[in-house]
Amino acid sequence: MSLKQHITTTINGDPVEFLCEPRQTLLEVLRDTLELTGTKEGCSNGNCGACTVILDGRPVVSCLVLAVEVEGAEIQTIEGVARGAHLDEIQTAFLEGAALQCGICTPGFIMQTEALLTENPRPTEEDIRFYLAGNLCRCTGYDKIVRAVQSAAKMRNQSETSPTEA
Amino acid sequence: MAIGDQPKYKVIGTRPIRHDGVDKVTGRAQYGADVNLSGMLHGVIVRSPHAHARIKQIDTSAASQIKGVRAIATAADLPHQGDRIVELGEGSANMRHLSANVLARDKVLYRGHAVAAVAADSIHLAEEAAKLIHVEYEPLPALLDVREAMQPDAIVLNDDIRTESIGAEPAADQPTNIAKHFLFEKGDLSQGFAAADVIVERDFDTTMVHQGYIEPHNATVLWNADDRITIWMSTQGTFSARHQTAELLRVPLSSVKVVPMEIGGGFGGKISVYLTPVAAVLSRKSGRPVKVVMSRADVFEATGPTPGSHIKLKIGATRDGKLTAGEAWIAFEAGAYTGSPIGPACMCIFACYDLPNGRVEGFDVCVNKPRTNAYRAPGSTHAAFATETLVDELCEKIEMDPAEFRLRNAASEGTRRVDGPTYPRIGMIETVEAIRDSDHYRSKRKGKFRGRGIASGFWFNVGMKSSVSATLNGDGTVSLIEGSTDIGGTRTSIAMQLAETLGIAAEDVTPTVVDTDSIGYTDVTGGSRVTFSTGIAAIEAAKDIQRQLLEQVAQIWETNIHNVRYESGGVSGADGQRMELAEVAAQVSATGCPIVGRGTSGKQTQGGAFGTHCVDVEVDPELGKVQILRYTAAQDAGTAIHPSYVEGQIQGGVVQGIGWALNEEYYYDDQGTMRNPTYLDYRMPTCYDVPMIDTIIVEVPDPQHPYGVRGVGEVPICPPPAAIANAIYDAVGVRMTQLPMSPPRLYQQISQRDSAE
Repeated sequence: MSLKQHITTTINGDPVEFLCEPRQTLLEVLRDTLELTGTKEGCSNGNCGACTVILDGRPVVSCLVLAVEVEGAEIQTIEGVARGAHLDEIQTAFLEGAALQCGICTPGFIMQTEALLTENPRPTEEDIRFYLAGNLCRCTGYDKIVRAVQSAAKMRNQSETSPTEA
Repeated sequence: MAIGDQPKYKVIGTRPIRHDGVDKVTGRAQYGADVNLSGMLHGVIVRSPHAHARIKQIDTSAASQIKGVRAIATAADLPHQGDRIVELGEGSANMRHLSANVLARDKVLYRGHAVAAVAADSIHLAEEAAKLIHVEYEPLPALLDVREAMQPDAIVLNDDIRTESIGAEPAADQPTNIAKHFLFEKGDLSQGFAAADVIVERDFDTTMVHQGYIEPHNATVLWNADDRITIWMSTQGTFSARHQTAELLRVPLSSVKVVPMEIGGGFGGKISVYLTPVAAVLSRKSGRPVKVVMSRADVFEATGPTPGSHIKLKIGATRDGKLTAGEAWIAFEAGAYTGSPIGPACMCIFACYDLPNGRVEGFDVCVNKPRTNAYRAPGSTHAAFATETLVDELCEKIEMDPAEFRLRNAASEGTRRVDGPTYPRIGMIETVEAIRDSDHYRSKRKGKFRGRGIASGFWFNVGMKSSVSATLNGDGTVSLIEGSTDIGGTRTSIAMQLAETLGIAAEDVTPTVVDTDSIGYTDVTGGSRVTFSTGIAAIEAAKDIQRQLLEQVAQIWETNIHNVRYESGGVSGADGQRMELAEVAAQVSATGCPIVGRGTSGKQTQGGAFGTHCVDVEVDPELGKVQILRYTAAQDAGTAIHPSYVEGQIQGGVVQGIGWALNEEYYYDDQGTMRNPTYLDYRMPTCYDVPMIDTIIVEVPDPQHPYGVRGVGEVPICPPPAAIANAIYDAVGVRMTQLPMSPPRLYQQISQRDSAE
């Protein structure tokens, strides 16, 4: 076993330090060391997207990132999506649109959608389906997920253009 | 809505936000793999690299030397089961087989079969130790084809299996791979075929497919010093998991408690236990809680997919479109041990139709693949693929619209199925009418290589047992306790039925799913039963609350109980007195007795569910690739409690069916190794593969439920493969009889047809 490495990073806006072995993935450290279990494990080989987090602005599957790689990085996880007690538009749209059934893929979809809407605030249905194609859902048939993303984009665009918005 | 046309219900039919929703969109919901206990060890299972082999010896000495390894288990640590057959709620189980599937004793019967396990301080240590457990095997030939396994000279996987005949002639008393032989007959088959103007027949093949839930199986077990065993896990049925685990460990049922964690999908695959007895043994040996989580490859190779099948089917009809006879021969791969859904397949294969003369023969056959298990309407999708494809061919031959043909032959109230039962009120006809009258079916088909197909499907739906308790809080809200684990929003569909009955809002009910020590017996979340059966229990609990309230209010008003009644969310008296529920609850909680309603249900059956689907596809004849252009699914939901989640069940089932139709398969080499045990290679549909799935909810209430509910979860997976096959035929003129209809297979059929022309 190699010596543990000391890693300094930022998670959901807060400075975080942890020790990890070189073989440990970011997913394992998030879940087991830092107890941020909102990020889910579905396959551990990058195929399902359940463990998606945003790393320096890019959506990544955290099972394919080694924990030692995040030195100095900024990470956003599902735990950092809600603003205090207020749900983000994407979370609200998933809830209101019944876009989850078992919910295990939901954190990954929400993170991927965060990245999509940052990159492309007005995605077409084709854009959404293409961008989310790395996230598997086995329950919903994707219909309500795609609609929830459309609705979240609309909510965000409306609040941005609204003159009453402070 | 016409003037004066009031909605029938206040809560039912609305779309409240699900009670567990916020936890699930914020990452707070705790699933099985999220369990973390003080002193917890991590377990790893050692699995067979062979599809079929005798275990000569297991040497654990090197692994046990590693610092941090706390326990090692093999089948020698599990009690012997003898020849016990145990009733486990969802049918009887051969305990010797169940135990050997958990940890192989003398033979491994499929690649991935568990042979040993190790628990260590970290998952990495456990993985290292697992590699040091040396298992000596004597490899045996792998038997992978269902028809080969049925041959009299085939090698026999289990020497304790004799053919169990159901309706068929008794078989010879000798070891065999044919575990079950079903025979159902109705009418006179030869007369039926003689009366037919047109007869069509074909052979159909499907490969093994997996439920594909995103959350791998998991179990965390603490075998405490007082011999009480606590299990935290994701399961479709806590009571079933408790019963299976107790029987496998041969400990008293009451010494095991199962705590349900959130479950990340099941579709029938999370009923059987795989990890709990192993983790329990590791915990007993180490004195520590042990957590085991499967890898994705383990899930594919070593859980319970649905069988591959071979079906021979023949049907006949008159020129004016009346079915006269049908004959089916179905062989299912049971996998390593008996237990495929061959029975349901035999019952479902003609279930959509009023078939006057029929014969169905079915076989449950052991092969060197994982022991199969339930998958959403188990057996019915295979059957529908064959029947609905042949019905389409029949329609083509007699030049009749396929919706019209289905209407002329649809099963309805009073129709007797080939396997015996007579239908109560059902909605097969209504789902066909819904498709026939839909914009989709009435729209023009446009474009070259484009086609349209329709198909129907049936699933029984079951009732079984459920328990609910409901406490009236001092503020007029209700805390609802249930035993049905919630996979797709049933907390809310149950809470809504309780709310409707009490005349309060869905949001005023707080549902909680609890462990096996905290609620009455409840069967699995499966068989499309929870909204139906646990719903009935919740309605009973609400009525119990009403009864207790009336007693106490009658005392408060100093009147006879017959002078008070519960209505519209409150209590009314004969003299115009009125108290809203919140007022009564406050007063009763201050001065009266606590009010706790209880409800149970134990109906065995439901009325049955039908669906009819319509799909448009485009085929690329040079690649053999099929694109789904448009999809509409009509389904009888009885009464839709929460329409969004009814639609969601339909859409999810359809897309699983699309995956089964076009891509998904267990791809084996001749050694019995699955070559695609990853999501990348198994290739379930992504959102880029499918369009929006339009739904039409048909409501033909089931009279067995107070609000008319029919389960909706399973039947939507049945029609897609046949509907798509029929659409492919319409597009390019080839009849596909093998699943999946993947690009290589379809390309081959198209080029064979072209070279023959």
